[in-house]
Amino acid sequence: MVPSTGSGHRSTGSTQGATDPTTGDWETHDYDVVVIGAGGAGLRAAIAAHDAGAKVAIVCKSLLGKAHTVMAEGGIAAAMGNRWPEDNWEVHFRDTMRGGKMLNNWRMAQLHAQEAPDRVLELETWGALFDRTEDGLISQRDFGGHRYARLAHVGDRTGLEMIRTLQQRAVELNIDVFMECTVTDLLQDPSTGAGTGAVSGAFGYWRETGNLVLFRAPSVVLATGGIGKSFKVTSNSWEYTGDGHALALRAGAQLINMEFVQFHPTGMVWPPSVKGLLVTESVRGDGGILRNSEGERFMFDYIPEFFKAETADSVEEADAWYEDKKNNRRPPELLPRDEVARAINSEIKAGRGSEHGGVYLDIASRRSEDFIKRRLPSMYHQFKELADVDITREPMEIGPTCHYVMGGVEVEPDTGVSAVTGLYSVGECSGGMHGSNRLGGNSLSDLLVFGRRAGEAAASYAAGLGAAKPSVADADLDAARQRALAPFEGGGGADSGHAENPYTIQSELQESMNELVGIIRTAEELERSLGAIERFKERARHLLVQGGRAYNPGWHLALDLRNMLLVSESIAKAALARTESRGGHTRDDFPGPDEVWATKNLVVSLNADGTGVDLAEKPLPVMPDELKEFFQ
Amino acid sequence: MSYDLKMRLWRGDADGGELGDYTVSVETGEVVLDAIHRVQATQAGDLAVRWNCKAGKCGSCSAEINGRPRLLCMTRLSDFDESETITVTPMRAFPVIRDLVTDVSYNYEKAAQLPSFKPGPPDSDGKRRMAQVDVERGQEFRKCIECFLCQNTCHVVRDHEENKPAFAGPRFFLRYAELDMHPLDTHDRRELAQGAAGIGMCNITKCCTEVCPEGIRITDNAIIPMKERVVDKKFDPLVWLGNKIGIRNKDNDGREDLGA
Repeated sequence: MVPSTGSGHRSTGSTQGATDPTTGDWETHDYDVVVIGAGGAGLRAAIAAHDAGAKVAIVCKSLLGKAHTVMAEGGIAAAMGNRWPEDNWEVHFRDTMRGGKMLNNWRMAQLHAQEAPDRVLELETWGALFDRTEDGLISQRDFGGHRYARLAHVGDRTGLEMIRTLQQRAVELNIDVFMECTVTDLLQDPSTGAGTGAVSGAFGYWRETGNLVLFRAPSVVLATGGIGKSFKVTSNSWEYTGDGHALALRAGAQLINMEFVQFHPTGMVWPPSVKGLLVTESVRGDGGILRNSEGERFMFDYIPEFFKAETADSVEEADAWYEDKKNNRRPPELLPRDEVARAINSEIKAGRGSEHGGVYLDIASRRSEDFIKRRLPSMYHQFKELADVDITREPMEIGPTCHYVMGGVEVEPDTGVSAVTGLYSVGECSGGMHGSNRLGGNSLSDLLVFGRRAGEAAASYAAGLGAAKPSVADADLDAARQRALAPFEGGGGADSGHAENPYTIQSELQESMNELVGIIRTAEELERSLGAIERFKERARHLLVQGGRAYNPGWHLALDLRNMLLVSESIAKAALARTESRGGHTRDDFPGPDEVWATKNLVVSLNADGTGVDLAEKPLPVMPDELKEFFQ
Repeated sequence: MSYDLKMRLWRGDADGGELGDYTVSVETGEVVLDAIHRVQATQAGDLAVRWNCKAGKCGSCSAEINGRPRLLCMTRLSDFDESETITVTPMRAFPVIRDLVTDVSYNYEKAAQLPSFKPGPPDSDGKRRMAQVDVERGQEFRKCIECFLCQNTCHVVRDHEENKPAFAGPRFFLRYAELDMHPLDTHDRRELAQGAAGIGMCNITKCCTEVCPEGIRITDNAIIPMKERVVDKKFDPLVWLGNKIGIRNKDNDGREDLGA
C-alpha cells in the first residue's frame, strides 16, 4: 500500500510502495483514478477527481511543475467580457469553429466556450495573479482568430502561472504525485473484451532507479500532451513523444484528426541551438508585424476568402484596429496560425526570407521600449539571453515551428472517455476540440474545461464500480515487464552487430518527419515518409542501450521511441489520405479545401498484428440547428 | 562555425564518482546543454541530465558550471573562451541521484508545509477585483521557475545539511512574501515564516538574488520586507503596547493567524 510521506509527494522510487514477492519485481499501488501527466490538463483532472471523492495519483515523467504547460505564453481564452461586454460564449464558440475550419467536434467547442470563464475565475480563487484591467478585473488580450480581446494573461508567462497555481492546489489537497515515473503500458481486464477490455491499471518505471511499478486503478486519465518531438524543428520538450496517443491506440481506442499538426508561425530561427523555440503570438497581438527581407508587410497579400470580411485590407485600418476595434477590422497578422505559417513559408520559399531563413517580426518600431518590456518580458529576456537581440531596438527573426497536434484520442465530449471503458483523455492528447486548427489561447482553456470534466467522470465511474473492479492479468504484467526491459537486450541485434542507438534513430526520424511530413505536404513525400517509418520501425527492434537502469536517459528514449514511431505513422498515413488542404494540413498537390472532406474525420486505430495503424473515415457529428445559426 | 570543446562532466551516484573528460564538437550560438546532449547522443548514452523546455522557463536543468550555479540551457558557450575547459557538476546542496541529476525532494517537502492561499468571498458579481499595482508585487515572485538554484546557493543549507529541517530557504521565503502581499489573502503567516520556515536564519548576503535566472530581487523585495513584517508583528514596542491595552491593529484585519 501507499506509504505516507506526509507531503503527498514522492520523488524517489527507492523506498516506495510494496513489492509483491509472489508475482514479480515491481511495486504495487492501488488508486481509484490514475492521471498520467502533470501539465494543466492532468493537474486539473486530478483536482476534480479528488474533489469528487476519489483516491487519485498523478504520474508524470518530469518533476512536478515542469510540464510543457509552462511554455504557454499568451493566455487563456475565455469570454469573460472584461474588456468587451459584447463578448460571450456564442462568439467564442463561433471563432473556435471557424478557426478549426468547421471540423471541430461542435459539442466540445460549445462546452469549452461556455465553461472557460468559470475555470479562469477558479484559478484566481486558488491564487493565480492575472494582469488587471483599470477596473481591477482580469485583463484580456487580443490574439489571432479571436474577435474580441479574450485572453486572460500574466505578461507573457501565463502557462507558468497556470501550472504553478494548479500545482499548489494539488499540493494543498495532498494528492499523491509520482514524479519522474513513466508509464509504458496500460493494463486491461481480459474478461471484459479481447484487446479492448476495461482498464485495470498502468505499468511503468521510476526514472530515478529504473525500478518497475504497477498502478491498479479502474480509471486512467491520459494527459500526456503532444507529439512534437517527432519533428526536428519544434517548440516542444523531450517529453512530447505521443505517449498518451500510443497508449490509447494499443489499448484499442481510436485517434482522430492526426493529420492536423499546428506549425506555430513564429519560432526562433537563430542561433541553431534555439531553432524552433516559441515566440509568443502576443507579440502580434500587442502590435508586432511581419516583414520580408524587402521590408514589405506581406500579410496583406495572404488574406484568404474565408476571412476577407473580417480582416483589414489596408495598413491604416489594421493599425487603427488596436485602438478602435468597433470601426476597424483585424490586422492580417492576427489571422489564425495556419494561415500565417503558410504565408511565412511562402515568403521564405520565394526568396524573400531573412538572413537565417526566416522572416522579420518587428515590434521595436511599433511600440515603446517600456511597453515591450512590460507586456513581453519573457520574450525580451529570451532574445537578449539566447540570441543577443534587443527586441525593443531590432526586429526578431522567426519562422514556423512544430507546436501542437490537433489530433488525439477520440473521446465523448462531455466526459472525455475513449472507446475503452475506464480510459479518459484530456488536453493535447485528446482530439476533436480544435478541428483542423487550434486558435491561440484555446489550449489552456481546453486543459481546464476538459480536465475537470474527465476528472469528475473518471471518479464517478470508479465509485460506481464498488468492489467489482476490473482485474489485472499476470500474463499482461509479465509482457509489460519484458517490453520495458527489452532495450537492455538489444532485440537479438546485439550479437549480430545490428544493435541500434536510440538517439540516432530519433534524430533521423525527426529529420525525416520535418522534411517529408512538415508544413507543406505532397503525396510523393508522404509515401516516402511511410517507407522511412517502416525502416525505422525495423531498426527499432534492435535498440540497445548503454548502462544500467538508474536514471538512464538512453533507456528512457528507447521506450519513448516506440510511441514516437506509432504517432508518426498515424500522422503520415492520415496526411496522405486527406486529399485537400485545411487548417494544419496543407497539400501542395491539393491546395484548396474540398467539400467532400468538410464532413468527415479520419480515424486511426492499431492494426491487427499491433505493428502499425489502420485508417478509416467517419462522418462528423452533426451540429444542431440552433448552433448552426451562428454561421449563417 | 564549429570547434572542439573540452568538457569535464561529473559522473557517478550516491556512492561517489569523478569528473570524466569529454571532447565534443560544438557550434557557434549553442548553449552548455547542447554540448551535453551531444555527448549523450554520441559518447555516453546513459549520461543523466535533467531538462525540459530548453528555454529557461521550466527550471529543470540546474547545475554548477565551473563552480557557479546556473541553468545549463541558458548558459551560452560564447561566454567562455573556445580553449577553456567547461566543468559541469551537480548542484551541491542536494543529494546526487546520478551524474548531473540531484534529489530535490527537500524543496517539495518545504512546499507542502506552506499553508496555501486563502481568499475571502468574491464580489457580488462573482468576480474579484485587485489593482494592477497590487498584483505586480506578487507577480515578480511568481516569475519563479523553481530551478532551486537559490536553495542550492544559500549558505544556510549549502554545506549545512543539519539546518534543512528548520529552514525553508529563499524560494519559499519568496512564497511567504507573495502570499503576505496578496491583496485578497486572509491568512497571517508571519509567525510561521519566523518559526517553522526559519526566515530569521537568513542574514541577507544576497547570494540567492545573484544566481536567480529570472532576476527576481529575492532578498530586497521579498526576504527583507518579510523580515520587517515579522519584526513589526513580534517586536515593535508600539504594536506590543497596542495589543496589551486592546487597541485594534488594522494590519490584522480580516486575517487569520496561523501561528508558528
